[in-house]
Amino acid sequence: MLTVSMTVNGKEVTKTVDPRTLLVTFLREHLNLTGTHVGCDTSQCGACVVHVNGQSAKACTMLAAQVEGADVTTIEGVAKNGDLHPMQAAFKEHHGLQCGYCTPGMVMSALDLLKHNPDPSDEEVRHWLEGNICRCTGYQNIVKAIQSAAQEMRS
Amino acid sequence: MPDTGIGASVKRKEDYRFLTGKGHYTDDINKAGQVYACFLRSPVAHAKVTSINAEEARKADGVVAVFTGQDMADDGVGSLPCGWVVTDRHGDPHKAPPHYPLVRDKVRYVGDQVAMVIAESLSQAREAADMIEVDYEELDPVIDMKSAENAELIHEEAPGNLCFDWELGDKSAVDEAFSKADRVAQLDLVNNRLIPNAMEPRAAIGEYDSGTDSYTVYSTSQNPHLLRLILCAFVLNLPETKVRVVAPDVGGGFGSKIFAYAEETACTWAARKVGRPVKWTAERAESFLTDAHGRDHITHVELALDAGGKFLGLKVDTKANLGAYLSSFSTCVPTYLYATLLAGQYTTPAIHCNVKGMFTNTAPVDAYRGAGRPEATYVVERIVEVAARELDMDPAELRRKNFIQPDQFPYQTPVALNYDTGDYEPTLDKALQMIDYTSFSQRRAESERNGKLRGIGFSAYIEACGLAPSAVVGSLGAGVGLWESAQVRFNATGTVSVFTGSHSHGQGHETTFSQLVADKLGIPYENVEIVHGDTGQIPMGMGTYGSRSLAVGGSAISKACDKVIEKGRKIAAHLMEASPEDVEFKDGHFTVSGTDKSKAMAEIAFTAYVPHNYPEGVEPGLDETAFYDPLNFTYPAGVHIAEVEIDPDTGMTEIKDWVAVDDFGRILNPMIVEGQVHGGIAQGVGQALYENCVYDSDSGQLITGSYMDYCMPRADNFPTFRVGMTTSECTHNPLGVKGCGEAGAIAAPAALMNAITDALDQEIDMPASPEKVWRIAQAKIKQAAE
Ligand code: FES
Ligand code: FES
Repeated sequence: MLTVSMTVNGKEVTKTVDPRTLLVTFLREHLNLTGTHVGCDTSQCGACVVHVNGQSAKACTMLAAQVEGADVTTIEGVAKNGDLHPMQAAFKEHHGLQCGYCTPGMVMSALDLLKHNPDPSDEEVRHWLEGNICRCTGYQNIVKAIQSAAQEMRS
Repeated sequence: MPDTGIGASVKRKEDYRFLTGKGHYTDDINKAGQVYACFLRSPVAHAKVTSINAEEARKADGVVAVFTGQDMADDGVGSLPCGWVVTDRHGDPHKAPPHYPLVRDKVRYVGDQVAMVIAESLSQAREAADMIEVDYEELDPVIDMKSAENAELIHEEAPGNLCFDWELGDKSAVDEAFSKADRVAQLDLVNNRLIPNAMEPRAAIGEYDSGTDSYTVYSTSQNPHLLRLILCAFVLNLPETKVRVVAPDVGGGFGSKIFAYAEETACTWAARKVGRPVKWTAERAESFLTDAHGRDHITHVELALDAGGKFLGLKVDTKANLGAYLSSFSTCVPTYLYATLLAGQYTTPAIHCNVKGMFTNTAPVDAYRGAGRPEATYVVERIVEVAARELDMDPAELRRKNFIQPDQFPYQTPVALNYDTGDYEPTLDKALQMIDYTSFSQRRAESERNGKLRGIGFSAYIEACGLAPSAVVGSLGAGVGLWESAQVRFNATGTVSVFTGSHSHGQGHETTFSQLVADKLGIPYENVEIVHGDTGQIPMGMGTYGSRSLAVGGSAISKACDKVIEKGRKIAAHLMEASPEDVEFKDGHFTVSGTDKSKAMAEIAFTAYVPHNYPEGVEPGLDETAFYDPLNFTYPAGVHIAEVEIDPDTGMTEIKDWVAVDDFGRILNPMIVEGQVHGGIAQGVGQALYENCVYDSDSGQLITGSYMDYCMPRADNFPTFRVGMTTSECTHNPLGVKGCGEAGAIAAPAALMNAITDALDQEIDMPASPEKVWRIAQAKIKQAAE
């Protein structure tokens, strides 16, 4: 067993876990933060995207031990005091989600995109989302939502 | 128009929880004391199981139990049933070999369940599963449908690996039509096999309460009541009163979560055996191997035409792959949901279809978004396109010439269905205008100047949705009724709880149904709460598939609201000292005609629960249940047009434009409807360009068993789809709605393949991968140079 400590959504946590524990398992099973999802076993779908030290990362592809001491943000840490972040609000406004399963990963990934590129073209948005699979929406309204959030966040 | 009323693009109620990570999917649920299940799956496609040695596994760290098919047999566990009996050409029922949740004698596909290991942790369960020794006596796997009839037998009960040899339509009328034809267009088609890939993998938790001798099952199901019925009546032999099925938030289904699978059955059964909750969640690799797959037809089609292009007859021969076992509704998909749609939007007077359902050593095949109807549309719309090319006719005009005309409705097709309504020309015209058809040749010339090949493709699809009139499907072999139920309950303070048997796994029912109820009862949208997905709360239900939620489930809600209003009228009449006949209900108020007396709905609800001043003979409470059994299917129809540009140097197909004009009848929430169309098209485009499930024909191994090998459509594969609507309201349900969930997936493959074959001027099967396209394009270039 191994003791890991990190900051998750602003709170410091320390847990003793099996050294093989993936970050996504750590979040879901040990912290009960079940908003981060698992959609695949080959690091392809992006349902598990979180931010580690401000960068998007696939939580299914890292060990909890690897992020020792890091600052982790999950989908649960995005809204403030119950108010949706402009990115979340835009997903709602533009119907960028249906079943909601890919949604946390999409939102986390989109937030990272805008950090790198606050004014992306549609093509750049679509390209950035290559690592996030959505089976429901056909992506069109996700792109629309991200563009609308980008505009909102620029202003 | 109020912004939450019918026809408004109301933002979804369910989004807040999904956007903040507060959704409750099955795998998010953990039960005190739960143990974890892992299934040992067959590594081979076809073999006799001669022995299973689980001694070591049973002794391994953390292992609670190991179960095999024998344990289930000893306990009297039955076979997973197929709920639709198809009667073949000779009047015999289809072959129905057993499908046990854990195998008893043989394994029949890679992934078949051989044993179930239950342990304190998932990793312990996995490790122990690896310790089980199984002796397989391998048999030749049967993978290719074409040679299946003469291959090794998969089931003793099914000679020739044939499940049924079925037909529909008047063969002699078709033969006569062909004898008079001026032209016959022919085509051989493959409708490629797909893996549904809902993003949430299947999962289940079985829980047993010895105090009450009852079970709770959490499952990723599209129809919890139906799952309960199957578990109780067919497999586990339990009274329905002792089993509660909860399907909480479900992350997409597309058909694949309709069926009763081995895993939730085994978890339920095992929960009692081990006395603790048993949890299982599929890894994606397991989803690939064991979720029921879709499509997988090979078809020969011939269309007879007269010299002017009128369709005279259609002849279709199909082999449909059913996989190794019959999944819950597998038999009706390539028969009654397929051949009945072969008239399309056209007046073709004679149609005959023969379908052979084949067993193979592959995963079971069942309904996947559209289920039979995409296959039918693909056959009809591809052969119509081929005919247009052979006749050198404009494909839009050939379609127009053969459309059923508005004055012909209700229209009886030669393949059993009776279309209640439709108006096809305006839909075509709108699509042509949106895509700017008249200037297509200029765009094509422009592409040519850039060294690219441009093509345009049409798909004028029709579907039968709103499944389904119970008596009709019963006469065709369905083992269930396909009604829906709803309970509408006013609470004393004026809020309304709606309990619906429909199940939302992305469709936004909580929003659309709230709009409907708010409108019917004249109360604020915010005051309506939709409850679904729990047999413990909802009176009855048949679930969501076949674009039935609004047409059938919504109609049941509408009927229950009517009953609430009728009872409210009596209470209001009493309070206003009028006779009920004189009381009108409008915009949430009961009024006495010709007076200014008025009572708000909320006041009536309060009175119903605080009945101090109350009409005699009327029960307290305002809580009504209704069942709705549709009178007919609904017939959404539309025209999709795809425009593509192919780069002959790379074989890449770029979708330049996509226009979808659909007639879904009355629309409650256009935003949600458009979202459904986008998603459907994306899956249809996926089928036509990217997705393909492939088994190795020698070993029967699934070659496309991960996202590295099975090409899922990604965001950068699509253009912006342009969606338009026309409306002819459904004539037989109270809402005038038709359903919209499957249309995109039904229409898209034919539109895209018609566009690609137009660009290439050559036939090509789905998926039109860059490699296949490149080879054709290069051969053409070489040919032209010679
Ligand atoms: S679960 Fe992490 S990429 Fe799929
Ligand atoms: S909303 Fe269902 S997978 Fe994206």
